[in-house]
Amino acid sequence: MGTLLRLTEISKAFDGVQALRGVSFELRAGEVHALVGENGAGKSTLIKIVTGAHRADAGTVEIGGRAVVENSPLVSRSLGVAAIYQQPALFPDLTVAENVALGFEPRGAWRRVRWGERRARARGLLERIGARIDEDLPVSALTMPEQQLVEIARALGADARALIMDEPTASLPERDADNLFRIIRELRGQGVGIIYISHRLDELASLADRVTVLRDGSAVATRAMKEVDRAELIRLMVGREISTVFPKRSVKVGETVLELRGVGCRASGVRGVNLSVRAGEIVGLAGLVGAGRTELARVLFGLTPADSGEIVLGGRAVAIRTPSQAVALGIAYVPEDRRRHGVILDMAVAANASLAVLRRLSRLGFLDLEGERTLAEEYVGKFSIKAASIESPAGTLSGGNQQKVALARWLATKPRVIILDEPTQGIDVGAKSEIHRLMGDLAAEGMAILMISSELPEVLGMSDRIAVMHQGALAGILERAEATQETILALALGHRGAA
Amino acid sequence: MTNKTNRLFCWKRELSVAGAYGGLLLLLAGAAPDFYAGDKFRTILVSSAPVLVAAVGMTLVILARHIDISIGSQFSICGVVAGFLAAAGLPMPLVAALTVVGGGLMGAANGALVAGLGLPSIVVTLATMVSFQEALRWERQGAKVMGPPDFYWFGLGQTAGQLLVVAGAGVVFAAFAWGLRGLAAGRAVYAVGSDAEAARLAGIRPGRVVFWTFVTMGALTGLASLLAAVRFPDVDPNMGKGLELQVIAAVVVGGVAISGGRGTPVGALVGVLLLASIGPALAFLRIPAQWEKAIQGAIILVAVASDAFNLRLRRHAGAGLVAR
Repeated sequence: MGTLLRLTEISKAFDGVQALRGVSFELRAGEVHALVGENGAGKSTLIKIVTGAHRADAGTVEIGGRAVVENSPLVSRSLGVAAIYQQPALFPDLTVAENVALGFEPRGAWRRVRWGERRARARGLLERIGARIDEDLPVSALTMPEQQLVEIARALGADARALIMDEPTASLPERDADNLFRIIRELRGQGVGIIYISHRLDELASLADRVTVLRDGSAVATRAMKEVDRAELIRLMVGREISTVFPKRSVKVGETVLELRGVGCRASGVRGVNLSVRAGEIVGLAGLVGAGRTELARVLFGLTPADSGEIVLGGRAVAIRTPSQAVALGIAYVPEDRRRHGVILDMAVAANASLAVLRRLSRLGFLDLEGERTLAEEYVGKFSIKAASIESPAGTLSGGNQQKVALARWLATKPRVIILDEPTQGIDVGAKSEIHRLMGDLAAEGMAILMISSELPEVLGMSDRIAVMHQGALAGILERAEATQETILALALGHRGAA
Repeated sequence: MTNKTNRLFCWKRELSVAGAYGGLLLLLAGAAPDFYAGDKFRTILVSSAPVLVAAVGMTLVILARHIDISIGSQFSICGVVAGFLAAAGLPMPLVAALTVVGGGLMGAANGALVAGLGLPSIVVTLATMVSFQEALRWERQGAKVMGPPDFYWFGLGQTAGQLLVVAGAGVVFAAFAWGLRGLAAGRAVYAVGSDAEAARLAGIRPGRVVFWTFVTMGALTGLASLLAAVRFPDVDPNMGKGLELQVIAAVVVGGVAISGGRGTPVGALVGVLLLASIGPALAFLRIPAQWEKAIQGAIILVAVASDAFNLRLRRHAGAGLVAR
């Protein structure tokens, strides 16, 4: 069997954070090659290097036996690489035939569109994968599984020999997934090579020929799928030593501050969550991307209000319908996307720090600028925020310092509960341990902390208890003593009691 | 960077426009000293006063990352309303108050459509611009409104009237220049314009903020219209034609970023003065008046281009800091 794709010793860093370290990977014609790993293990980065969306810092990419020096989406596509993502990337207002034809219009004089030919081509490609879809319908009229089939047809139309599928079954009902598997097997029979990314280890077992496991940016193993079982895969995915020392302090845990009783929100897919957080306690919220952790945080902060269950705060049932109500009740939320919504990059450090307490800092609408300066200087000192001055725009600070400014803004509200969404994502090691130390201090002061993190060592190192989410619901709650990387990941993957 | 240079850096844009304005004044002092002889300067100030008041309102709207192109029509309507109210014999203070309220109501209509229904402000205000304008034309057929004697310069005579107009605009300008820094509401405008989602997460209600900026814009347009109308014995129902572009141009030249969240009323003031002086300056420099629009256009282009350039520079500087 020929090799369709060969990556050798690929490395890639973003802003000093190493995403891939010397990864080698090979895709043969006529195989389904599974790619597995935790959140942030480097799967997406690897795929983006194959498709040319990112350029590797080091290493070589060979497609169809040819070394590709200057990869770009155009080059990789012309060499027969196509990618299909979780969310179909189609043009909703164009018809199926137009979508399939896009980028492959005839090159004749005037580039005139030949409608008949275009339709016939789309029909032929859809028939090849056994899909019965009217090629004249606009894509927006199709269901999600149908759109996925159109994407596959489009990839085949581009004469793709290496097909990348990123969690294609994540949003498919079982019957459509079976249909997809049938198509994948057929394509494999026709000599197409498929890179298949999925968290559903069960489906990999029946579908994949080989599997490569990524962990922390390295390829730790490539095995024949038949030779590994699920427990072995999970071990490979997490098998790292916890080297960082977390400044976890033993804090006397107080009364229950926040209690969720069957909280759900249909709009964001959160279902029946029962969870409590006590004063001085750090509860880690673990799970895969899309498991509903951020969605739960947004429910608690009133961004997508709960439509079932009960939220009890300090012994009193409360309704949280807007963020300003949440703030008034003493809930703080430091969002995940720091550079977008955590701090306002154009505004000064001081103005960022005071933004959530403007009401407290003003009398009859008049801002107490002196008080604002005092507040900002207090937190700049306490958190050792490195800024030229408190009047510098927050955008001029480093990521770690921006995160501290975001924290300062919320601590200024003197919250009872603080929700931290990926508090240390993308910041350097030094700033990371400082943030961890701050979290310890806050817990010691009696704050209830709910920490969302995709980094298992951080979850294990900082949490008193760990709640694991899977598909919008709570899969289980682990005490600090009983939690291991394996037990957390097994719950996150939906295998109750496995591993 | 020390604290002091940092402060200056923040005012960079306002300073460079002020520098350009100073350069123009110096050029005139050298090439056409007659410019300072008559009451030319006073005329510029008086005719700029209404534009300044509207520009302050526009600064708020643009800071909140919106735009209002209906102010020309609002301006005309408010002027006509003021003329009628005065002609009906109402005392001038009441006329002024009602005109401002009328402008505020038109602004509230814009605000409700933009903030309440979430429609894009350029489309909403385009629609209200046309409807206000046509309603006025249907009502007036272009006929002027004759004001009573005490309407002309508030019945105070030209000198005192002029002083009142300029002082009124100055007070409004000072109040807003200070308020945007010193009021919680001003801070909220900047936050919403920079990142509405972040502001919402911080417990600010962006919809409310946007609504009130449009109301303020309308009220200030009403006031501006009054300050402009009293300069003539009768009110021309087309007096607001083209005002929106004049005002937006001045605000943008003054360094208020169209992308929201950055700029000050001080910048808007310098922008208004600079653009208003081009026409008279050309006359004194014996350059044909046809060049006025072309030069104004060039100034706007330079201003916007320098914004884009600065932004790129800042991005690079920011990236460097992050890497360190």
